[in-house]
Amino acid sequence: MQYHDVVVVGGGLAGLRAALEVNMHNLRVAILSKVYPIRSHSVAAQGGINAPLGNHPRGAHDSWERHAFDTVKGSDYLADQDAAVRMAKDAAERIIEMEHWGCPFSRTPNGKIAQRPFGGAGFPRTCFAADKTGHMLIHTLFEQIVKYEQAAERGELKIYNEWLVTSLVIEGGVCRGVIALELATGKLEAFKADAVLFATGGCGRLYTNSTNAMINTGMGMAVPFWAGIPLKDMEFIQFHPTTLYGSNILMTEGCRGEGGYLTNKRNERFLANYPDSRKGMEVAPRDIVSRNITTEILEGRAFENAYVNLDLRHLGEERIAARLPAIREICRKFLGIDPVHEPIPVQPGQHYTMGGIDVNSDGASPAKGFYAAGEASCVSVHGANRLGGNSLLETIVFGKIAGEHMSNYVFGKTDLGAGDKTLEDALAQEEKKLKALMNSDGGENPSNLKEEMQRMMTDKVGIFRTKESLSDAQRKIRELRDRYKKVRLRYTGGPYNYDLASTIELKGSIDVAETVIVGALAREESRGSQFRRDFPARNDEKFLQHTLAYFTPEGPRLDYKDVTLGYWEPKERKY
Amino acid sequence: MADLTFKIFRFDPANDAGPRFDTYTVPAFKKGLTVLESLYYIQDKLDGSLAFRASCREGICGSCAMHINGKYRLACETQVADLKSDSITIRPLGHLKVLRDLVVDMEPFFAKYKYIKPFLMPGDDAPPDRERPQTEGQHSKMIPSIDCILCACCHSSCTVTATDPEYLGPAALLWADRFVLDSRDNALKERLRLVDQLHGIWRCHTIFSCQEVCPKDLDPTGAIADLKRKAIRHRFLGR
Ligand SMILES: Cc1cc2nc3c(=O)[nH]c(=O)nc-3n(C[C@H](O)[C@H](O)[C@H](O)COP(=O)(O)OP(=O)(O)OC[C@H]3O[C@@H](n4cnc5c(N)ncnc54)[C@H](O)[C@@H]3O)c2cc1C
Ligand code: SF4
Ligand code: FES
Repeated sequence: MQYHDVVVVGGGLAGLRAALEVNMHNLRVAILSKVYPIRSHSVAAQGGINAPLGNHPRGAHDSWERHAFDTVKGSDYLADQDAAVRMAKDAAERIIEMEHWGCPFSRTPNGKIAQRPFGGAGFPRTCFAADKTGHMLIHTLFEQIVKYEQAAERGELKIYNEWLVTSLVIEGGVCRGVIALELATGKLEAFKADAVLFATGGCGRLYTNSTNAMINTGMGMAVPFWAGIPLKDMEFIQFHPTTLYGSNILMTEGCRGEGGYLTNKRNERFLANYPDSRKGMEVAPRDIVSRNITTEILEGRAFENAYVNLDLRHLGEERIAARLPAIREICRKFLGIDPVHEPIPVQPGQHYTMGGIDVNSDGASPAKGFYAAGEASCVSVHGANRLGGNSLLETIVFGKIAGEHMSNYVFGKTDLGAGDKTLEDALAQEEKKLKALMNSDGGENPSNLKEEMQRMMTDKVGIFRTKESLSDAQRKIRELRDRYKKVRLRYTGGPYNYDLASTIELKGSIDVAETVIVGALAREESRGSQFRRDFPARNDEKFLQHTLAYFTPEGPRLDYKDVTLGYWEPKERKY
Repeated sequence: MADLTFKIFRFDPANDAGPRFDTYTVPAFKKGLTVLESLYYIQDKLDGSLAFRASCREGICGSCAMHINGKYRLACETQVADLKSDSITIRPLGHLKVLRDLVVDMEPFFAKYKYIKPFLMPGDDAPPDRERPQTEGQHSKMIPSIDCILCACCHSSCTVTATDPEYLGPAALLWADRFVLDSRDNALKERLRLVDQLHGIWRCHTIFSCQEVCPKDLDPTGAIADLKRKAIRHRFLGR
């Protein structure tokens, strides 16, 4: 058994920031991550990170109040307003801190952090490092981790690279630790900790067409779900309007922020034809632009009935090279086109999970000592729709807050050291389960199940939903859950057994997918990213509340809880 | 398009006496098919035991570097069509221990990166509520090196790394230069102390293979040359 004061699961931005904070409080902290931290999905973020710094000439009057309001409005009033306020208030401090740690942000002519306009924001508020903001941020945080890993002046900071956490151990409402699989050896190990934080990212790979890394399976949400922690608002899945046709690699919102156009096959800037995007045009919020593109596709005004064009040509080579170099590189490498001379074929794709592990604005879950931060969590700052640039911000703001809160919790904890027996039992049980999986001799190939799930989610639980499509999805996911019992591994060796790891994760994906479906089916309204054709209006009377999904072996049980209001009255969301 | 033949390096040090190549046939199932997608096809449909690393599938995380038809590259951004051959041979990264199949031990590579102190050492207190100013010109000096994704293609292609296991290697040295070039950093002396040594910058024979293979089009050779110049100036002029 391994002992640490705090275990952080996930080496993305949220996990690294939380671990750093715990380390600053001089506790022994371990980061467990199934890939090297810098391989986390955070590295792929492009467009930028929000903070009301007021560095843009048009941003002088920006403030945390406006930022918080834009966030709440963008969320279609489902965000908890206290959490949105907390995020906006801390934003500037976190960004400046990242700059002080060395983050190479792009600069304004007078040497300040540059900012650009993003959808749904009243001012140009998005700080960026060209179109590689995630790469620059995660490397900066990782550098600080390296620094303190080497430094003797603080408590121990240890990284376990390539460990897959498979279960969370909670005993009588108190978190005791986790069980994890070492990919290098195929062995399970128990990690005892007084506090555990999950920062395991989103679950984009429930879908075929996703901008997410291949590792974003949702397993990190499933683990606490199985341990009795509810998942909140899982039905809200963001679809990004502009992903590369074919591979769904993201074409950042920065493309539109910098002035790119969207055109259909009649060469019209069709967003002008829709009342909800007429004013904002290309920088209208993502859910709106995604729906309008999808309508173009469904009504036959798209190229090959599949994509529209993102046209950057009028921006000119110099601006594209300076502000969107990665976009240009991706287009060249994956499509063989140069956006300086040709428009980019794009279609909407799954992008972000607004929902996740139910935590409050301290990052604390209903179980003592168990925390979550980042995309895996649902603090609920994004509500029904996240604004671009707010999720990177969420990772470092709430990563820090949760780290601080956890540290205080550990310092005040009275039963330090309890839980060995529970963890030993949990480890033994997990070993039994693993052995059973290794020896299972059914006929199902796990990768076929995965493919069927991803296709079904894309077709039935996508941008437009109906009772019929969602009921079909529910039937299908139950079928997959049953068939999973008969999966057979193709490889049973120990070291780097990715067949085993991905099969374990598939179980997580299936159970998490079911929470999305069931939540969407029950929510008979349209709000933010969830558009129900059969219930096109928002229904505050019934659904101005968070969905909570609790695990049961028969499928998720739903419950609801109130949204925290208090700053702004919900009103119709108009742009 | 014709079917593709993949010859893939296989080795499980725990069970195999030696490495071998396994051959798989993959249909060219879509336009723009990448090597990584083909590897997933093999793992999903043909052989669940194949081990390789991948994450972002878009050339930014650095997981999937491997030796593909004679060159170190990222599997995810390499289109099969661009290889201009129906036969594709894949080996793991070089000069690093194979743990299984295409998975190698990255620890020695990261140890070198960590050795050069890859973090900002400003040496003074930052202004409390705002950023350190940096002009666009100062910022753009760093641009050629801040894109490194630590994929180790350069490390594997370097002949010096092969013969001198202690040589810091192109990636670590590029990172040292990245901080030297940062107008906010103030630790030139310390940074030069770390790299101006037998297994540091002077081991580089300027063969340019690192620059040639880098999937991010970076120039570690140039970064090393920059450090050499600065080291010499420092020795003679003390700054
Ligand atoms: C292509 C793309 C571009 C984006 N661009 C922007 C942008 O410009 N601005 C913005 O604000 N947001 C953007 N986002 C969203 C943002 O990048 C993510 O929400 C954010 O990076 C998530 O960070 P995280 O730390 O929560 O998780 P991640 O970075 O996803 O990290 C998750 C970590 O958990 C680990 N993990 C997962 N499960 C387990 C397990 N069971 N055991 C052990 N480890 C596990 C993984 O190894 C990984 O280290 C973008 C998203 C995408 C898809
Ligand atoms: S310099 Fe280039 S090849 Fe070397 S690790 Fe960095 S990105 Fe990879
Ligand atoms: S999978 Fe990330 S670089 Fe290839």
